[in-house]
Amino acid sequence: MSGYTSDPRIRWTEWLPWLAAIAFFFAMPEYLSLGARILIYILTVLSLDLILGYAGIITLGHSAFFGLGAYTAGVLSAKYGLTDPFLQLLAAAVAAAALGMATGAVILRTKALTLLMLTLAITSILLEIANKASWLTGGADGLSGVKTDPILGMFKFDIFGRTAFIYCLIALFIGWLVVRRLIYSPFGAMLTGIRENTVRMHAIGAPVYWRLVLVYTMSATMAGVAGALLTQVNQFVGLNVLGLEPSGDLLVMLILGGVGRLYGAFVGPVVYLIAQDYLAKQYPEYWYFGIGVLLIVVVLFARGGVLGLVDKCLQALSRHRNSAKASAR
Amino acid sequence: MPASALETQKLCKSFGALTVAEDIDFRLEPGARHALIGPNGAGKTTFVNMLTGRIAPSSGRILLGGEDLTKASQAARVSRGLGRTFQVTTLFRSLPVLDNVALAIAERDGVARRMWKPASKYSEIADEAMQLLAKLEIAADARTPVQDLPYGRQRLVEIAIALGLKPKVLLLDEPAAGVPSQDSGRILEVLAALPGDIAILIIEHDMDLVFRFAQRITVLVQGQVLVEGTPQEIAADARVRSVYLGEATHA
Repeated sequence: MSGYTSDPRIRWTEWLPWLAAIAFFFAMPEYLSLGARILIYILTVLSLDLILGYAGIITLGHSAFFGLGAYTAGVLSAKYGLTDPFLQLLAAAVAAAALGMATGAVILRTKALTLLMLTLAITSILLEIANKASWLTGGADGLSGVKTDPILGMFKFDIFGRTAFIYCLIALFIGWLVVRRLIYSPFGAMLTGIRENTVRMHAIGAPVYWRLVLVYTMSATMAGVAGALLTQVNQFVGLNVLGLEPSGDLLVMLILGGVGRLYGAFVGPVVYLIAQDYLAKQYPEYWYFGIGVLLIVVVLFARGGVLGLVDKCLQALSRHRNSAKASAR
Repeated sequence: MPASALETQKLCKSFGALTVAEDIDFRLEPGARHALIGPNGAGKTTFVNMLTGRIAPSSGRILLGGEDLTKASQAARVSRGLGRTFQVTTLFRSLPVLDNVALAIAERDGVARRMWKPASKYSEIADEAMQLLAKLEIAADARTPVQDLPYGRQRLVEIAIALGLKPKVLLLDEPAAGVPSQDSGRILEVLAALPGDIAILIIEHDMDLVFRFAQRITVLVQGQVLVEGTPQEIAADARVRSVYLGEATHA
């Protein structure tokens, strides 16, 4: 879908997620807090898709950036009195970018399983730091007392989540614009080249390693901002934003939606979080079982995730129509 | 002596006790049509991989246009004019043919780093790629994913990518390998039509192709240069015959 032969114009179907979000805002005012959380996860999964779906960097450590962003915003607010929402986002972005660049520069010289283990190690280390440094992070109890000023001095975070939802929607919209631009650009085409054939990419003179460090840093920055948004919306940070579990959740969301398709990042978190919300109410002890079954079904029967399935159905439909036309003649 | 297009001096490579290249002195003149031949396991591909920087030599020097690039990265060598094709097609399989070539042209032009304007708006890249495909007579496949092409045409895409880099030196690693014989003529036509100012080193098993294409031939045996000369000299050389026809003729 990206590259030198593709049409970069925005198709009408690409507006559907935004229409759906606005419709959701008016139709389901009692679910806006869940909605805001979904939007935040979409932003995070979008950043994951950029490195995993496009550049082909496999990672179990994406929560490191999400969690660092969340804790940066939280600590600065609760311990140092920095309550401006945009400054919190900026600080989270800078911290996550620095971590992305520093760790990327080391681990992106490796690939496959080694890379996977290193990414996992980094987020596990951060989890342990957040756990042990309880004077700063609140440790296992989490960090409460996070305050964020009204946005632009006007819009207070209300208990219904109305401000939070619109705020996150705008953040996601900007993130989507940036990622979409990026993947349709020559840089995005080049990333696809790295994923498709790294050996060939070296042979046409691309400095593959530096390009990977760059895109990894960009993705980390986005995930850091998303983490800060979560802290602002929840007014709380806990250990559950770091380590293997949230990384796995992000990966499952992306796989459910469809890897490397841009909008898989939109569909996956919706399916995952709604299923989680529903299952957790119905079967509080066994909800992960339901998620597991969902994942198995998708991986076995719908390679390419929900969007891959939609593609297949549309193709089958158009084939059916064509053959119907042909037989009518 | 004028600067060579590509030169190696006492190039060695060993993996532990196994020596796969030993004191290779090799010179490729500007605009040359040079072939590297040798039996299986002679170290031809290792030699090419050292030239392109995929593996580092144990000792010795590599000069490209007189400049020492022994320790340079693959990317640095490509930007100084070293292009290659692979023995086994190494393409962006799911991407259209045009994109395969456009990625190479974009790297050469420095466009590949651009992050904002859509790739398809860089029409000069796509135009150049189309011209190249037209020259190789595969323009009709421009929008087909490479993996859907017959193997013979995939080999042509392999050559098109290398040409997209506008190389001064082109290393062709068995360009006709795996191609059905009725299609290998087409590849030879393409090779014969390559611009005369590109120095070409071809590694090939197909002796017919080698003798029709090359002006000079180097024979590599067990990591060492056995002999170098014109096709007539090589064809007449008793040592080369014994290597190719087996040890039995020694006796």
